Amino acid sequence: MRRLPLIFGSVAFAVAAILGAILLYGYWAKAPDGASVVGGPFRLASANGGVVDTMALKGHPYGVFFGFTHCPEVCPTTLYDMAATLAQLGDEAKDFRLYFITVDPERDTAAILKDYVGNFDPRIEALVPTAEELKHVAQAFRAYYDKEPTSDGSYTMNHTAMVYLMDREGKFAGIVSYGEKPEMRLDKLRKLVVG
Amino acid sequence: MRLIKELVFAVVLTLAAISSIVGSHAHEMKIGNLLIDHPWSRQPLPASAVAVGFMKITNTGSEDDRLVKATATISDTVQIHEMSMDNGVMKMGELAGGLVIPAGATVEFKPGSYHLMFIGLKERPVEGTAFEGTLTFEKAGTVDISYDVEAPNAGMN
Repeated sequence: MRRLPLIFGSVAFAVAAILGAILLYGYWAKAPDGASVVGGPFRLASANGGVVDTMALKGHPYGVFFGFTHCPEVCPTTLYDMAATLAQLGDEAKDFRLYFITVDPERDTAAILKDYVGNFDPRIEALVPTAEELKHVAQAFRAYYDKEPTSDGSYTMNHTAMVYLMDREGKFAGIVSYGEKPEMRLDKLRKLVVG
Repeated sequence: MRLIKELVFAVVLTLAAISSIVGSHAHEMKIGNLLIDHPWSRQPLPASAVAVGFMKITNTGSEDDRLVKATATISDTVQIHEMSMDNGVMKMGELAGGLVIPAGATVEFKPGSYHLMFIGLKERPVEGTAFEGTLTFEKAGTVDISYDVEAPNAGMN
């Protein structure tokens, strides 16, 4: 009779220990080096028509860039730089896609975006989120965007200017910084598509 | 014969020297104590809503001045913007009050820094051509300038 509390105690302890172990394992498995924490699945309308679903991209590496067409400098330059690097890689990067996601869906329609990215490389495609979808995808990529009013009653945008690189598993694989040396960019993209 | 050859040589050298001096000032405008060096723009992307302008402004005088307004034939308005990269985030801000050009200093409008933004494009600047504009300074007044249009990604790397 006196053993009962002891038995209960041991069972309770064992259960607690097992639960604790499961929780701890869950924690460790989820955040080893933060690599899975940037980026996330999305399903957005393409300026080319149709939809781009990252679930369907499994097996292909891709890049994501947040920009807008009222952008005087960073966005055009980034598109040119990425297109040049993709041209250099040629067939090696035939499965790579660069998605230009507008942070200014109020002004950037599908038609405008299609023209904006259209002259570069068929591997570069613009996506047109709704304001709500933009909030979620920017959050997933930890990308910042913000309206900045201008004296004519209009606005410009502040935004994260990096290109996010995602590997074949859809996991975050690094960034290309604005103004990075072409050799470095080439190296990063080559590793991404070959690796 | 020898004298003539030397004379011709001297004349040619002098002409070359003069033309190189003239050449190096070919794209510089001046108003009062302000020198505006090589205003340039980039051919924008098709469907780009804006174009961009760069230049160097040197104040050779002893008093500060301020760039308060700009115009261009290619757009409805021109705004003065500063730009900075802050931990991967591009931040732009309009300088609605204008930009000080301090006495004795050169202020450079260049990629990654200050730029003029041409808003409401009426024509699309084409690489290899030029377009006209004006700059208005608080003290020095208004000067006509012309922008050389370069490649869409000129000035990087």
